[in-house]
Amino acid sequence: MEKLREKIIEELIRALGDPSRILTEDFDLFSYSFDASFGVFKPDYVCQPLETAEVVSIIKLAGMYEIPVVARGTSTSLSGGPLPIKGGIVLDFSLWNTKLEIDPENLTAIVSPGVITADINEKADEFGLFYPPDPSSAHVSTIGGNLAENSGGPRGLKYGVTRDYVLGLEVVTAKGKVIRTGGSTVKNVTGFDLTNLIVGSEGTLGIITEAILRLIPKPVATKTAMVSFDDLVDSGRAISKVLRSGIMPSKMEIMDQHSIIAVEEHALLGLPTDVEAILLIELDGHPLALEKEMELVSNACMMVNARHVQVAKDDHEAAQFWRARKLVSPAIAKIKPTKISEDATVPRSKIPEMFQQLKRIREKYNLHLVVFGHAGDGNLHPNIIADARDKDEMRRAEKAVEEIFETAIRLGGTLSGEHGIGNMKSPFMEMELGKDGLHMMRLIKEAWDPQNILNPGKIFPEPGQGFELSHD
Amino acid sequence: MTSETGLREKLAYNETFSCVQCGYCLPACPTYISFGKETHSPRGRINLVKMAAEGKISIHDMANPIDLCLGCRACETVCPTNVEYGKILSSAVDVLAEYRKKERSRKSRLMRSIILHHTLPNKKILKLIGQGLYVLQKTKMTTVLRKSNIMSAFPKAIESMEAITPEIVLPVKRKRKGNSEIRDKQLRIGFFPGCVMDTFFAHVNDLSIKLLESAGCEVITIQEQGCCGALQHHAGEKKQAISLAKQNIEAYEKYDFDYIVNAIGGCGAALIEYHLLFDSTDTWHSRAKKFVEKNKDISEVLSMLDLSFKKDIDKVVSYQPSCHLTNVQGVVEEPIQLLQRIPGITYVAMQQKDMCCGSAGIYNIVHHEESLLILDNKMKYVKKNVPDVIVTTNPGCHLQMLLGIKREGIQDKIKVVHLVELIAEACDVG
Repeated sequence: MEKLREKIIEELIRALGDPSRILTEDFDLFSYSFDASFGVFKPDYVCQPLETAEVVSIIKLAGMYEIPVVARGTSTSLSGGPLPIKGGIVLDFSLWNTKLEIDPENLTAIVSPGVITADINEKADEFGLFYPPDPSSAHVSTIGGNLAENSGGPRGLKYGVTRDYVLGLEVVTAKGKVIRTGGSTVKNVTGFDLTNLIVGSEGTLGIITEAILRLIPKPVATKTAMVSFDDLVDSGRAISKVLRSGIMPSKMEIMDQHSIIAVEEHALLGLPTDVEAILLIELDGHPLALEKEMELVSNACMMVNARHVQVAKDDHEAAQFWRARKLVSPAIAKIKPTKISEDATVPRSKIPEMFQQLKRIREKYNLHLVVFGHAGDGNLHPNIIADARDKDEMRRAEKAVEEIFETAIRLGGTLSGEHGIGNMKSPFMEMELGKDGLHMMRLIKEAWDPQNILNPGKIFPEPGQGFELSHD
Repeated sequence: MTSETGLREKLAYNETFSCVQCGYCLPACPTYISFGKETHSPRGRINLVKMAAEGKISIHDMANPIDLCLGCRACETVCPTNVEYGKILSSAVDVLAEYRKKERSRKSRLMRSIILHHTLPNKKILKLIGQGLYVLQKTKMTTVLRKSNIMSAFPKAIESMEAITPEIVLPVKRKRKGNSEIRDKQLRIGFFPGCVMDTFFAHVNDLSIKLLESAGCEVITIQEQGCCGALQHHAGEKKQAISLAKQNIEAYEKYDFDYIVNAIGGCGAALIEYHLLFDSTDTWHSRAKKFVEKNKDISEVLSMLDLSFKKDIDKVVSYQPSCHLTNVQGVVEEPIQLLQRIPGITYVAMQQKDMCCGSAGIYNIVHHEESLLILDNKMKYVKKNVPDVIVTTNPGCHLQMLLGIKREGIQDKIKVVHLVELIAEACDVG
């Protein structure tokens, strides 16, 4: 065994021509054994490639020895996507941030997989352009990881998710072939849409080594309002009411009473703690249009019993409003250290019902469950605050999460609005897709990767696999 | 893997659970950015400390990543769940120190003991070193030494540090005793000169005192003041650090000062965390707390005072904040506001200014190669917008910036000064 390991290390070094980018010490391997979800899985090797040819060599080697290969950006994933659950090679792309070209004529960006997502938007901004997907981790996460997980963010309501901004990809297949999908044009209907198949496939179908992204003109201005509701269900109704009034906000975020109280205890921002929910609504567009649109939004909210609509008078005040939303995470982490963040998503009309169900689940399992998230697109983030050391509480949390998923799907929703499936949610896939639906996906996986070396154990459930939050 | 009992108690194991591994600390961490490995990120280090506490890796496995942490604590400032990284780090440093004590050879133990226990806490010896350097410089012996290639026989670190060692100026005689009966001045200040600072940068201390006095304060430097203990604490010599802290707390308790002021980010950071050295039930904890509340960085006090500027300084100035001032003391705005008050100055914010320069106590000596990687990263941003002057607030950063501009060959274009020097110049104090 040791001999084989040494031989593989030797070949990996030859493939990269640089031993400093092959990590094999225990302390390094453990450092690539986790993401922001649960579970620790130690890889056998970590490689840090800097070009496509290196990835090709590594994949060929992996095929030859039948070693799993798991792509990884900065591992901010909440669903277990980059966890090497069967060991093998972790391909760490975080160093490969060398290419970030903006083509202002064609409104595109060409990027290497390790580029930090926020940097794309920052660079586009220099040209008056805009890369809309903004996962909360955008200042940390890599575009490669965002593509693999099809990440979203608060702006998803108006602008969609990562998938909606991908024109073309360069991908290394499980056989070590380099293929290009899509292209540089906005319209492209040639053949199967492999781009859309690969985005969100979580590294199970191929390894993304370059992407051509679509940019759009940057909105000139934004305006924010904070709306409070005495009744949580009314806040849900306000969402549909605003959207039906002909306004498409860029963001519509919700904080429930438990989140509000936690934030207020943490930071004293002067939020009303006796309301059941706060909606934060951001509009973007031309300043003149924004004035009028904000009026319509206000009216719409008041019509469904909003207690108060406060429109930020300037950018500074708007930033203060958003601070409240940003503080939810640190505030609830003070209650207990372990945060189980879910992203079950329901059709917008079902938001009020989902809220009621979450309230029931909270009481049934006696858990600290707070709800916040991107309400405008139905993408809620029920967060359970627990302590990983309390085994009984973790078991109850597991049960509660299962019930949250079941409820979301029963209401016509989905397991994941933006976090991906990974190994966390794979046990529930059949529940959403049905036996035949999931089988169809398996057929594709088997055709693309017959040896099952690309991120094995993800998306598809293993026989007998249940939902688990603790793995020791 | 480890048979050591109580490792979980010794390491800040419970604190590691606050980390939700979101990775928001990664872009703030200079060693992660410079070395490109998760192992050298705060998230990675916290995970390794947890693993070691659980016996999944050995103490030895944790050593390299912990040793290579700068302790700049920029990660704490950006952490969304307020992980107490400083506490986790120092627990790991302490455990490592204990583990190594058994293995250390007699010889290196002796060197360490001389530096940490005898030289640093002993102002007389430091003064002697200072005077020695002073004599060498005055007699131009350093030029002879530099030319003679003798320095190349020293390790690389000493060689490059020697090349940038500033000209030593001996401190002037200071007021040692206050008269508590008479309170005619607006603020009574106990000045904390530090030890390394007062050897290499005594003139900055002198200027600080003069500035405070010119703004109407009474400034006293008490004789009983000792070393702050920061370097000992970082090196895992906790007992020594505690005894130095007690000595200082006791010394200042005897006086009625409005503030205890220092001009050294590193010392200031140690001083305002004295209470963390004691258990909260210990009477020393509350005594330390009182001491901590009086401690201020010079920039905080200067920004409260009326300064009479007499001279324009028509220069483009950038500011390199010390990590200890920013991340531990939380003093961020005051130095910049002070700079902007100086007439004639054009202040240009350095991109990524909050990224550590790689000096970090004695890091640039013990981990010289790594510190240069971090420094080179920093200089990329300095070179983007070459200022006339880089302002620092800490002797470590000061020397490191000097080294940085020298490595880039722009030492003729950029001057490095302490914030106090620039203000003193504009106020014509000196």
